[in-house]
Amino acid sequence: MSKRITIDPITRLGGHGKIDIFLDDKSDVERVYFQVPELRGFEKFCEGRAAEEMPTLTQKICGVCPTAHHTASSKALDDLFGVEPPPAARKLRELMYNAFMFENHLLHFYFLGGPDFIVGPMAPRAKRNIFGVIDKVGVEMGKKVIDIRKRIRGVNALVSGSALYPVCGLPGGVSKAITEEDRAEIQNVTKDAVEFAKLTLNIFDDVVLNHKGSAKWLTSDVFCHRTYYMGLVDDHDRVNFYDGDIRVVDPNGKEFVKFEAKDYLKHLEERVEPWSYQKILYLKNIGWKGFIDGQDSGVYRVAPLARLNASEGMATPLAQAEYEMMFHALGGKPVHNTLAYHWARLIEVLYAAERMDELARDGEITSPKIRNLPNQTPKEGVGVCEAPRGTLFHHYESDEKAIVEKLNLLVATQNNAAAICMSIEKAARTAIKGGSISDGRLNVVEMAFRAYDPCLACATHCLPGKMPTMVHVYDRKKNR
Amino acid sequence: MTEKPKIALYWCSSCGGCEESVIDLAEDLLTVAAAVDIVFWPVALDFKYKDVVAMNDGEITATLINGAIRTGEQEHMAKIMRKKSKLLIAHGSCAHLGGVVGLANFYQREDLLSRLYQEVPTTNNPQGILPQHETIESGRKIKLPDIHDTVKALDQVVEVDYYIPGCPPTPELIKEAMMMVLENRLPPRGTVLAGKKALCDTCPRIDSKPDKLRIKKFKRIYETEWDPEKCFLDEGIICLGPATRGGCNARCINANMPCRGCFGPTDNVRDQGAKSSSFLASIIDVTDKEALKKTADSIPDPGGLFYRYGLASSILKGKLTPKSS
Repeated sequence: MSKRITIDPITRLGGHGKIDIFLDDKSDVERVYFQVPELRGFEKFCEGRAAEEMPTLTQKICGVCPTAHHTASSKALDDLFGVEPPPAARKLRELMYNAFMFENHLLHFYFLGGPDFIVGPMAPRAKRNIFGVIDKVGVEMGKKVIDIRKRIRGVNALVSGSALYPVCGLPGGVSKAITEEDRAEIQNVTKDAVEFAKLTLNIFDDVVLNHKGSAKWLTSDVFCHRTYYMGLVDDHDRVNFYDGDIRVVDPNGKEFVKFEAKDYLKHLEERVEPWSYQKILYLKNIGWKGFIDGQDSGVYRVAPLARLNASEGMATPLAQAEYEMMFHALGGKPVHNTLAYHWARLIEVLYAAERMDELARDGEITSPKIRNLPNQTPKEGVGVCEAPRGTLFHHYESDEKAIVEKLNLLVATQNNAAAICMSIEKAARTAIKGGSISDGRLNVVEMAFRAYDPCLACATHCLPGKMPTMVHVYDRKKNR
Repeated sequence: MTEKPKIALYWCSSCGGCEESVIDLAEDLLTVAAAVDIVFWPVALDFKYKDVVAMNDGEITATLINGAIRTGEQEHMAKIMRKKSKLLIAHGSCAHLGGVVGLANFYQREDLLSRLYQEVPTTNNPQGILPQHETIESGRKIKLPDIHDTVKALDQVVEVDYYIPGCPPTPELIKEAMMMVLENRLPPRGTVLAGKKALCDTCPRIDSKPDKLRIKKFKRIYETEWDPEKCFLDEGIICLGPATRGGCNARCINANMPCRGCFGPTDNVRDQGAKSSSFLASIIDVTDKEALKKTADSIPDPGGLFYRYGLASSILKGKLTPKSS
């Protein structure tokens, strides 16, 4: 009989992906490959384009997190042209950014990763989705999810042009100011967003923390890796999505290094594997030691749990309380349990809502002064932000006419590439024993990557486009 | 009880934005989902390839495919979805015209690979390893799909029945396309399901557009400020509104930014880039050769600008550089 199992494509994530699982003589797992089978080549085909087009061009890397690319790109242009945005423009960018983070993280909880908890990992596959979630939490709650998402998308459309692809980013500012009426309308939404974030954390309490089976998953060793963690922090080492320094902590939670975006080349390096179109990032000063965790391995993680691990707290009061509660409940910092990404993500939802609300109450945000025109000759610029899925770098070099000559893009999911491979393999080793395979067990393997909310569209910006995920299981003779 | 129509959504070389636009249907998504059986949608549902392969030919009422065709796997899947579906709808700019990813056709496939895996400053790859179609590691054979030499629009590999334009299409257009299918009121095959007029004709700033535009120099958006109420072209800023299909709700214009052409050409235009350049040439207000060259030079990267969304399906198709060996 064939030992082949195909999870093809992997589902409920951004982009294509593929996983090959090889079994040994006892039909236990020998080796697992997580592949990203596509690439698009933005680093090449953006060469020769006008620099000011980069925010609207590079964001086409990813329709799931376009605002992250748009923002990193706008900041790279600020640096390229040596021009700072006026305070109102900076605040508008940060407002847009937090609205995006809020919406994006909620999309993951209710549509992509959350169904595994809310409906259950072993539930019939036709139920493990948003429609199953609505069945479980009730139509009224389902409508609330849809409503708040729609209203937040409306905020983004108002500030940035389109609900999906912002077009407002310019070097030294943004294209459009908002009026006092706009501000008041936005504030109505942000106020409700804070309440909705609290409600979602309550749902997480009910379906995960107070549910014996799910809580066990959360702290299970099956989903645990001791790695370094990286994230942007503000002057007080608190989580910030829009700006700051990049802080890395070691597997014991001790600061390993803190650096400015422009120095990223001193700290990060990428590895090429012949079996995937995705490159794998690691800490340059430790080096690549293979797909292993621990202090001596250059493998690090990014995105919600990593950001919380790499910081000393949250900059808003409600999120800070949740931050303390999570680390208290899970035995202190750093937390290495991969499924705690889901919890950390919801704490970030609350932070994003609170931060949006602060910005929407700030009278300065309606200032008509939203741009500073560049007066320097462009040459080189680096921009960074925290995408939902981790730290994102855009690096451009241009000629004096602002035509881009070289680009380097380190996208969020690439930071987690090694850890995702390791997590899938570890989950597969536990879930598949003696060749026993079921739809539910294979879904448990998929849960290992879903915790990271990977975006394979981003990860394969490198060439033609996406990361299909497939899982093949092979027997010892390499038969599928 | 009659069976509900079956709908599938699939993505090829794309970014996921078209899927997000479907989710942006918001409460309408629930209405549509109640009226149909969604049988395949990798971003949101756990159905796998084998489920689709097991279906009968023509069993799916309509499949929406977004993304361009760049790999062998994508072409293969496009053909499978074509076979299984009564209607195949190209969803979004990449499937419709090749999209932004089609800009890769300005370069050789090998240039893309070497830049990404061997040249960028973060890559540590002394052996110059490139991803391989087939890798053997400790006796284990691992395969990746082939990367084609060029990017293609969906109708360059399979027959397409309808097109929903835009990067991304608006949720309203997606909903209307779905309703046309469900209510069996489809227009002639091959129709682009959006506005018929150029964006310029429906632009909220149309009243500020002079009867005769006169441009001596085009301004770059990074070096200039403009009146947020006035026609971009009259301000000397390139806007592709006159050469682009409307139906986008003028979302970029409303954010005070010029059109970049994502809805593609109108019905009576074959090549959006050619139309853009001929239109801009017609409003240049200089005559002597030297001044003309100066004005033309004030347009940065005309190829990348005019063919931003449609290079793969254009007359040029890309490949301005000679093929190496």
